[in-house]
Parts: sequence; C-alpha cells; structure tokens
Amino acid sequence: MTAVIGVTPGDAQRMASASAPPTGRVRRFVRLLAAERIKLLSTRSPWWCGAIVVALLVGLTALAASFIEPGDGSPWWSISGIGTLPTAVVAVLGALAATGEYRTGTVRTTFLAAPGRVCPLVAKAVVLAVAAAVLGWIASFAAWGLARVVAPQADLALAGSAQWRAVAGVGAVYAVVAVLAVAVGIALRHTGGAITLLMAWIFAGEPVLATLPRVGTDIAIWLPMRNLTRFLVVGVAEPDPTRSFFGEREYLGPWAALGCSAAVALVLLAIAIGVSRRRDA
Amino acid sequence: MTTIELTGLTKRFGEKLAVDGLTATVRPGAVTGFLGPNGSGKTTTMRMLLGLDAPTAGTARIGGRTYAELTDPMRTVGALLDPSWMHPNRSARAHLRWTAAAAGIPCARVDAVLELVGLAPVAGKPVRMFSLGMRQRLALAGALLGEPEVLVLDEPANGLDPAGIVWLRGHLQRQAAEGRTVLVSSHLLAETALTATELLVIGNGRLLAQGPTAEVLGGRARTVRVQAAAPEAFTAALRAAGHTVRGLPGERAVLVPEATTAQVGEIAARHGLALLELTAQPASLEETFMELTTDAAAEVAS
Repeated sequence: MTAVIGVTPGDAQRMASASAPPTGRVRRFVRLLAAERIKLLSTRSPWWCGAIVVALLVGLTALAASFIEPGDGSPWWSISGIGTLPTAVVAVLGALAATGEYRTGTVRTTFLAAPGRVCPLVAKAVVLAVAAAVLGWIASFAAWGLARVVAPQADLALAGSAQWRAVAGVGAVYAVVAVLAVAVGIALRHTGGAITLLMAWIFAGEPVLATLPRVGTDIAIWLPMRNLTRFLVVGVAEPDPTRSFFGEREYLGPWAALGCSAAVALVLLAIAIGVSRRRDA
Repeated sequence: MTTIELTGLTKRFGEKLAVDGLTATVRPGAVTGFLGPNGSGKTTTMRMLLGLDAPTAGTARIGGRTYAELTDPMRTVGALLDPSWMHPNRSARAHLRWTAAAAGIPCARVDAVLELVGLAPVAGKPVRMFSLGMRQRLALAGALLGEPEVLVLDEPANGLDPAGIVWLRGHLQRQAAEGRTVLVSSHLLAETALTATELLVIGNGRLLAQGPTAEVLGGRARTVRVQAAAPEAFTAALRAAGHTVRGLPGERAVLVPEATTAQVGEIAARHGLALLELTAQPASLEETFMELTTDAAAEVAS
C-alpha cells in the first residue's frame, strides 16, 4: 500500500466525501424519501385511512348527485366542496404517520440514520403530501365518475378549467391538509392530542372564528380549510356557496386561496421542525 | 481505527445531573463493558454519543467527529438502544428495509443480517408477534446493517435466551478481534466480565473506574479463607489484629474480608498456630461492583 504521509483515516474519508459528486445531499434526501415511502406503505393504518377517504368522498358525492333535479342549472353546486369529512380523515392519516413514529420510537432510528432533524422530517412531509395527492385524485375522479352515472342528465362535463380544478384540485387540497397534519403531529408527538386538535380546528375552530361578530369575515379570508374549499368551488358552483361564510367581503381568488393555505401548512411545518431540532429525540 | 472519546460529557435534566463530566476513551480492538447500576447514566451517555440527546456540556466524538458530523453514520456506528423502537405492525424485513433505505445501505444487507441473527424464517412476520428476545435480535440486526466500525449496544443481552447470549458474546468478541470498537452497556457484571476485556464503570453519572477487566476487578481487596487447627484461638488473634472474621455455616473454615494471605499467615505465625487451609478468594463480581458503586453513592451523599 502506498503510504501517504500525514494522511489520517479521517482525512482520507473527508477527501473521499469532498471528491464525491455535489449531489450527495440530494442523493441522501432521495434515500430518505424512499425510507418514508416504505414506512408509510408497510403498515395498515394508511391503507385503511385511504380506503375510508375514497369511500366517504365517493359515497357523499353519489348521494348528493342523486338529489340533482332534471334541468338543474348548476349541478356542480350540489357535488363540489362537500368533502369536509374525507378531508378530516386525510388529516388523521397525516397525523398518524407523524405521531406513530414518536409512539413507537422509530423516529429515533430515523434520526440515527439521518442525524439532521430537518431532512428526515421534510422527507416525511413530502411523501405524505404526494400520497395524499394521489389519494385525492383517485377519490375525486371516482366520485365524479359515479356522479355522472347517478345523474346522467346533469351537465357534469369537465368543460373548463374551473371544472377540472373542482375535480383534480382535490389532490392539491389533500396534499396541503396532509402537510398541515404532519406538522401538528411532529409538534405534539401525541396521537390523541394531534387528532383532537386537528378535528377541533376543522369542525369547530374555523366555523366559530368565521362567525364571530364584526371580525369574523376578516378572519375567514385567511382560514386554511375554508380557503381550500374555495379553491375547489369558485367558478363551478353558482351561487358561490362560500359566500355564506365570507359575506360580502372581498376574498381571495381560487389559486390565491390555495397558496394561502399551503403557506399556512409550510409555516406550521417549519415551526414543528424547529421545535423538534431543539428537543432531545 | 475508530476511537470513541468522551470529554467532560455532561447532561442535566432539570435539577438532576444524569451524566456528570464524564471523560473516557473507548479503544478499537476490544469489547469495552460499560457498567453501572440502573439509572447511573449509561443510556443517557449513549444517547448523547449517538446525537439523540444534546449534551449540556462537553463532547462525545467518534473517530474525532460528533455523530451528526459523520457522513453516513449507520455505516460507521451501529447502535442498539431500545428493542421497542419498531412499529408493531411492520414486518421485520420492512423495518430493516426502511432503515437501510434511510441509511444508504444496499438492500441485500437486509437479508444478510436477518440470516446472521437467525430471524430469516420469520422475516415476513409483524414485529408484534415477536418475543422480547426476537425484538432484541432484530434491533441487533439493525445495528449490524451498515457493517459499522463501531458498535454501541445498550443492554443487548436483555431478553436473549442462553443460546442467544452465547452467540452474542462470540459475535462481539469476533468484531473486536477484527479491530472494531465495541461498547456494550450492562448492569450485570458477571455477563460483562465474560465478554469484555476493558471496563468503564460509572455511578451517578461519574466515572468510577476504567481499564482492563482484570485490573478493575482484581485491584480490589480480596477475601481470605482460612482454617486453623485451633479455630477459636485463631479467630481471637485475627480480631485482635483488627480483622473481621466471618464464620461459614457447617464449616470449620472462616472468611477474613479485606485481607491478604500474607497478612493472615503472618498472624498465625506470630501466635504459633497451625493452619490447615489458607486461600485467597477473589471477591465475587457482584460484591466488587457493589463496592465500586456504593463508594460513589457515599461520596455523593457526603
């Protein structure tokens, strides 16, 4: 072996890593994505949650479609934006994926494999977002397809961008909700606490805040779950069903509403990861 | 060659100092037993070494770097801290597959380590069906995934059956013989003394002893077993010389703790008493351990 004077094994390792392609960080992150994908798909609860989401959205949409009268001028009004319940199940899915790691201790094994707290937690959020998006597409297209069968006379064609947004947009909505739920899960670490907080926010927090006297409509513009509903229904449902909680107030357009909700989710995720960096695993 | 260096390592939980200025070195090529009573700070020390807990003060380095600075940590350090850190509904293989994926270890290693720890036949079964011993084997498989230079194992023998313990002992000794650094914690001295050639003993978060096992254990006072032709006279002579004498039920021999054979023999000669038996008895491992660790407790109390 050729002796390299003054080179310790540590130096050799450092030189090796310095000469490695600059994509080392990217490669490590892709590895973590693969690990999170295996984690998500190798337990049963995500599959159950996914099945419940599809069943709920398809079932509720079919039920709503069955009430569409022949000659109804605005059939989309009936079937769009009715997914609060399945959305809540997506939140449960995201929260479980995060808190399950703390409950079982697998998060520590994760941190042993990737000691930086940021990368593995971001990877988890990304994988959950992608999975929720795919789930949203499956559920919404299935629901739309069944609605067309149930109400063949109604005009439910994907005629324009608003109609496409109402159906395909469910994927984006679920992705945002999943990230939000993962953030809450990482911050609270406790399954019961995280799910209680998320459900309280979705079913009580937002409705109460939005109906506060005087300030309610000012607050409602920024509430993430309402904005996600707006993103889905604006342009297809006339009269706009979100009017009831926005009143006559100026409000965000559909894409701005989605962006606003996504920003809320990302800020929460950043806070949760910041909290996790400060505490012992 | 990868050495573990702890320098002034300290961890405070509220009022309690779990680890108190621990400075020690763990060398490659030996199995180092990390001993201390329950709650003495062994696990906290290991958690800081592995970057799970942030030290209040001091550093823990592996080959000159902190755990977080290692490029592919699981390929350098294999750790077993808690066999419950796995999802009950995930199969053994899936558990190792995601760990390998996260650590950048080829998937082929998963089946290799399952084979190594004897879990290959049940690899597809969910972990909730595993006994504590099987979980311990799976956790060990996780530690060995990256063929690491350094092994850090917290009570790895916990829950293993005798065959598993014998296998583990042999495996750790082979790893050390190949030049790896092996740090194994335990609160059971007898088991550790069989496996480890070096000892690191802590109590109340402080270093009590460090060195070769024989030195740490052998440097302590021994007990002498002695039988005189005239036991009563000899017992009196020993007591007069300031020794403690402990009788043995059903035997004529007595024990003289904290004495050497030379001291006891001299007393016999001085009194002109014949001895039928005079042997040095090493203190039992547990006695030595208690002695080492209660000293520390007394020191803290005073």
